[in-house]
Amino acid sequence: MPAVSKGDGMRGLAVFISDIRNCKSKEAEIKRINKELANIRSKFKGDKALDGYSKKKYVCKLLFIFLLGHDIDFGHMEAVNLLSSNKYTEKQIGYLFISVLVNSNSELIRLINNAIKNDLSSRNPTFMCLALHCIANVGSREMAEAFAGEIPRILVAGDTMDSVKQSAALCLLRLYKASPDLVLMGEWTSRVVHLLNDQHMGVVTAAISLITCLSSKNPDEFKTCVSLAVSRLSRIVSSASTDLQDYTYYFVPAPWLSCKLLRLLQCYPPPEDGAVKGRLVECLETILNKAQEPPKSKKVQHSNAKNAILFEAISLIIHYDSEPNLLVRACNQLGQFLQHRETNLRYLALESMCTLASSEFSHEAVKTHIETVINALKTERDVSVRQRAADLLYAMCDRSNAKQIVAEMLSYLETADYSIREEMVLKVAILAEKYAVDYSWYVDTILNLIRIAGDYVSEEVWYRVIQIVINRDDVQGYAAKTVFEALQAPACHENMVKVGGYILGEFGNLIAGDPRSSPLVQFNLLHSKFHLCSVPTRALLLSAYIKFINLFPETKATIQEVLRSDSQIRNSDVELQQRAVEYLKLSSIASTDVLATVLEEMPPFPERESSILAKLKKKKGPGAVSVELEDGKERGELNGGGDRGGDAAIAASNASTPSPSADLLGLRSAAPVSGATPSAGSLLVDVFSEAGPAATSAGVNDDGFLRFVCKNNGVLFENQLLQIGIKSEYRQNLGRMYLFYGNKTSVQFVSFNTTVSYEIKSRILNVQTKTVEPLVEGGAQVQQVINIECLTDFIDAPLLNIKFRYGGALQNISLKLPVTINKFFQPTEMAAADFFQRWKQLSQPQQEAQKIFKASHGMDTEVLKAKLLGLGTALLENVDPNPENYVCAGVIQTKAQQVGCLLRLEPNAQAQMYRLTLRSSKDTVSQRVCDLLAEQF
Amino acid sequence: MIKAILIFNNHGKPRLSKFYEHYNEDTEQQIIRETFHLVSKRDENVCNFLEGGMLIGGSENRLIYRHYATLYFVFCVDSSESELGILDLIQVFVETLDKCFENVCELDLIFHVDKVHNILAEMVMGGMVLETNMNEIIIQVDAQNKMEKSETFIFQSPRQDR
Repeated sequence: MPAVSKGDGMRGLAVFISDIRNCKSKEAEIKRINKELANIRSKFKGDKALDGYSKKKYVCKLLFIFLLGHDIDFGHMEAVNLLSSNKYTEKQIGYLFISVLVNSNSELIRLINNAIKNDLSSRNPTFMCLALHCIANVGSREMAEAFAGEIPRILVAGDTMDSVKQSAALCLLRLYKASPDLVLMGEWTSRVVHLLNDQHMGVVTAAISLITCLSSKNPDEFKTCVSLAVSRLSRIVSSASTDLQDYTYYFVPAPWLSCKLLRLLQCYPPPEDGAVKGRLVECLETILNKAQEPPKSKKVQHSNAKNAILFEAISLIIHYDSEPNLLVRACNQLGQFLQHRETNLRYLALESMCTLASSEFSHEAVKTHIETVINALKTERDVSVRQRAADLLYAMCDRSNAKQIVAEMLSYLETADYSIREEMVLKVAILAEKYAVDYSWYVDTILNLIRIAGDYVSEEVWYRVIQIVINRDDVQGYAAKTVFEALQAPACHENMVKVGGYILGEFGNLIAGDPRSSPLVQFNLLHSKFHLCSVPTRALLLSAYIKFINLFPETKATIQEVLRSDSQIRNSDVELQQRAVEYLKLSSIASTDVLATVLEEMPPFPERESSILAKLKKKKGPGAVSVELEDGKERGELNGGGDRGGDAAIAASNASTPSPSADLLGLRSAAPVSGATPSAGSLLVDVFSEAGPAATSAGVNDDGFLRFVCKNNGVLFENQLLQIGIKSEYRQNLGRMYLFYGNKTSVQFVSFNTTVSYEIKSRILNVQTKTVEPLVEGGAQVQQVINIECLTDFIDAPLLNIKFRYGGALQNISLKLPVTINKFFQPTEMAAADFFQRWKQLSQPQQEAQKIFKASHGMDTEVLKAKLLGLGTALLENVDPNPENYVCAGVIQTKAQQVGCLLRLEPNAQAQMYRLTLRSSKDTVSQRVCDLLAEQF
Repeated sequence: MIKAILIFNNHGKPRLSKFYEHYNEDTEQQIIRETFHLVSKRDENVCNFLEGGMLIGGSENRLIYRHYATLYFVFCVDSSESELGILDLIQVFVETLDKCFENVCELDLIFHVDKVHNILAEMVMGGMVLETNMNEIIIQVDAQNKMEKSETFIFQSPRQDR
C-alpha cells in the first residue's frame, strides 16, 4: 500500500496548482499568483477565525508560490500559530513553513522558541523530531543559546527513542558548526563517542557525522573513537555483524556507514596500538580484495556502493602514506578504474590518483599510467573528466616526463574548453619553468603558449618569461631570435608583441649581426604591430624604441622621426605623449655615454616565488595543492642554483637607488594586475626642470603634500585606479588650483564626488569648489577648479576628500591639498643694506624661527636655488658675505595683513647639514615657513 | 555536508528546493537556474559529478546529480561527502518516493510538496544524512500518515473548499 494515497490532498490547493500549470504565459502566471496572494492575505486578515485545515491549505499554497520563485512576506504568524497547535498535521505544516521560508529571522525565532521548547519536552517522539529538525534547519545563534544545553542530554539519555537520538545528534552537529563556543561537550564526550557502539545502525550513522566533526576540531579529546571505529568497521567489512538489520544495500553491508567510518579515521594518524592497526590493515586489504571479486549484482547501485567504500579506503591509505604495499595496490586498483567503462569511476580514479601522485611510495607507480591519462585528456567526452585528467598530468609531472606532458597539454590547449583554459595556461607555464633543463625549451614553450592561447595568458606569465630571460644570459640570444621569428606571423597576439618588444629592446643586438634581422628590420617589424596594440603595449614599444636608439645608433634618425610624428608627440593619451616627448628629448640632448647609462640593460631580477604559482594557488585546484608539496624539494634548482640568486641579490642591492632606467619599461614582477604601467608622473610638468627624470616620479604616494611646498604642478596622488594631477597659480592673496582626476582603469567610476573641507572654525581660507560630474569614464580625465582666498596666515591645509565607486566597491581617499602659507609670497628684491637693516628690525626672539637639520637630498646649488625660488621668495644675490649662503625676501599677502619675511639658509657641505633662519613680523609665520622649508632639503 | 538539494524538471521548473545554508530568495532562485543550466546541457552517460556553479561556491562544492525521466535530482555537497555515496543516497530518495507515492511521477511532487519535504526530512537533516535505510524512512512516514488520518475527521469536508 502506498504511504501517501493520492486522493487525500487538499482540493483547493490542487485546483490552484492546476490553474498555475495551465497558465499560458509568465504574465498570466504572475496574475494568478497575485490574485491568490490577495485572497490568502484577506483570509488571514479577516475577522473569521480560520480553522486548522484552512490555515494548512493556505500555507501549502504559499509554499508552492515560494517554490516558483516569488517572495512571500506574510503568513509567518499563521505558521507560528500552526506550529503551536496540538494537532500533528497543523504542527507539521507550521514547522515546514518555518524551515523552508525562514532564514534566521530573529524576530520570528523568538516567537517559536517557546513552542519548540514545549515540543522538546513533550516526550512525543514525532513532536521532538519536528522540533529538532526545526532547530537544525534554522541553526541560528539564538537557537544555539536556547537549546545547546538541552540537546546533548536528549542525545545520551537512556530512554530516548532511536529516531530522536538520530535527530538530536545531527541537530547538535548543526549548532556546533554554527556556534562552537555554545556547545560544550566536556562531560558528554565519552558517551557521545560510545554511540559508535550503538545497537541501532541509524543512530551510529547519524552520530558518526557528529563525532567526525568534533574529532576534527578536538582530536585529542575524541581519540578513543579510533579503536571503536576500527572494530565497528571490521565487523561490517567481515560481515560478522549480526546487527546489520536492513542496512545492506544491494548486497553491500552498510555502505554509507562504512564510508563515514573511513572518513572519521582520516582525522587521525595511523593507530599506534599494534592490534588496532593490524585489524584496520586487514579491513583495508579485505576491501581491496572485494574489488576484485565478481559483482553480486549487475545493478549499478551494487557497484556504486561497493566502490564508494573502496574509494574511501584508498583515501585513507593515501592519508596514512605509510604502507607501501597498500599504496601500490591502491594505485593498481585506480589504474584499472582509469579504463573502466563507467565514467564516474574514471573521474574518481583520476581524482584519487592526483593525491596519490604526491606520495613518494607511489609516485613512480602513478607515472606508469601516463599514456592512459594522456589518452583520457584527448578522448573523454566529458569536460569534468578531462579537467581531472589535466590535473593528474600536472601532479604526475617530473623531470623525466615534463617534455612529454607539457607538449600534450599544449596540444590539448588548442581545443580545450574555454572554462579551463586559463588554469591550463598557468599549469603549463609552471611546469615549463619548473622542469626546464635547457631554457631554450622553456622559451619555446611559453611563446607557443602565447601563440595558442594568448588571450588566456595573464600578465604573470609573460612577466615571468621576461624575468627568466633577463636573469639567464645563456638564453638571451635564443630568446631574441625566437621572438623575432614569432613576430613574423601576420597576426600575432598582443602578448607576443609585449614580450617581443621587451626582449628585442634588451637583447636585439644579439641577433643584429644577421642581415635578415638587422636593427632596422627589427624596428620595422615591431613598429608594424604598433598601431594594432593597446595603450600599455604601445607605451612598452616606445620604451623599446628608445632602447634601440642606444643599442643601434644607426636607427636613431628613423626612430626620432617616428617619435616626432603627430600621432606620438601629440597623442591624446598622456602616457604615450609623455614618453614620446621625453624619449625624443632624451635621444637628442643626451650624450652617448649618458644614453648608455640611462638605457643600460636591465639588472637581474631578485629571485622570488614565481608569481604564477601564487596565482594558481589562489585558484585552489586539487592539482595546485599537490605541487605545493613538491615545491620545497625543487625550489633550489628553479633558476640554476643559489650562487646565481646571490648575484642577483647583490646586483639589486647595489642598485638601491634604482637607475633611472629601472622602470622605463614599466615591468615589475611584483606589480599588481592593473594594465597600466607605473607612470613617471604622467602630467607634463617640469620633468626636465629638476635634477633627473626620476626625481618627480610620483609613484604611489599617500601624502604628496610636502612635495608641493616648492612647486605648483605635478602629480599629487596616484594609486592603481586614480591619478590626481595638480596645477596651481597664485597672485597676491588669491589662488586657483586645477585638479585633474584621471581614471586609470577601463571601467567607469560612478558617484564620483569630491569635497574640500577646512576644519578650522575661524575663517582663515576661503575655499570655493565647483562640483565635478559624477561619472568618470574609463581612461578619461575630469578637471576641477578650486578658488582659494587667504584671509589670514594659517597652518592646517584644507582636506580633499574623494569618493567614488569602482566596480561596486566604494573608494574613499583623503588628501591634504597642498595649499601652504608660502604660496602667497610676493618676492621682494632688495639691496644688501636694506636686507640687513630689516633683519635687525626683526630681532625680537619670537620673530625668529631657526632650525638646524641634516640634508636628506644632495646639496647641489642649482637645485637649492630652484627650491628657494619655488618657495615664492626672491633670491638675493651678493647679500650674504659668505657666498655659500642663501638669503631670500618676500611678503606674504593675506587679506588681513601683509607679513614681511626674510630667510637665510646656511649649508655646511662637509657636515651635510643646514641651518635655516626665518624672520618675519609675525611669529606664527616665521615658525610655519621654517617648518615647511626644513622638510625640503 | 550537503549544501542544497534541488529537483527540477527538464525545462528547469523547480519541483523542490531545499537549502541547508542560508541564501536570500533571489540568490536561491539564481542558484537553481545556474544549476539547471550546468546540468541540463550535459549529455546522458557522462559522469554524474561536476564542479558547482559560482553562486554556490564554485570548485569548493560539487554537484552530484541523477536524471530520471523528466526530473533532475541534484545534490550540492562539499568535499567531505563521498560522491558515490551521495549518488546512492539520491537513489534511496527516489526509491523511497516511489514506494510512498506508488510509481512516483513529476505530478506527485507538484501536488504533494509537503509530503516530499517530510520524506526528505527523514533522510537529511541540517545538511547531514540522518538515515539511509529505506525501510526505516518508510516506517517514519507511515507513522506520520497514520497520525494525519486520525486527525482528518476534525477537518471540514473538502468539497466546499476553494
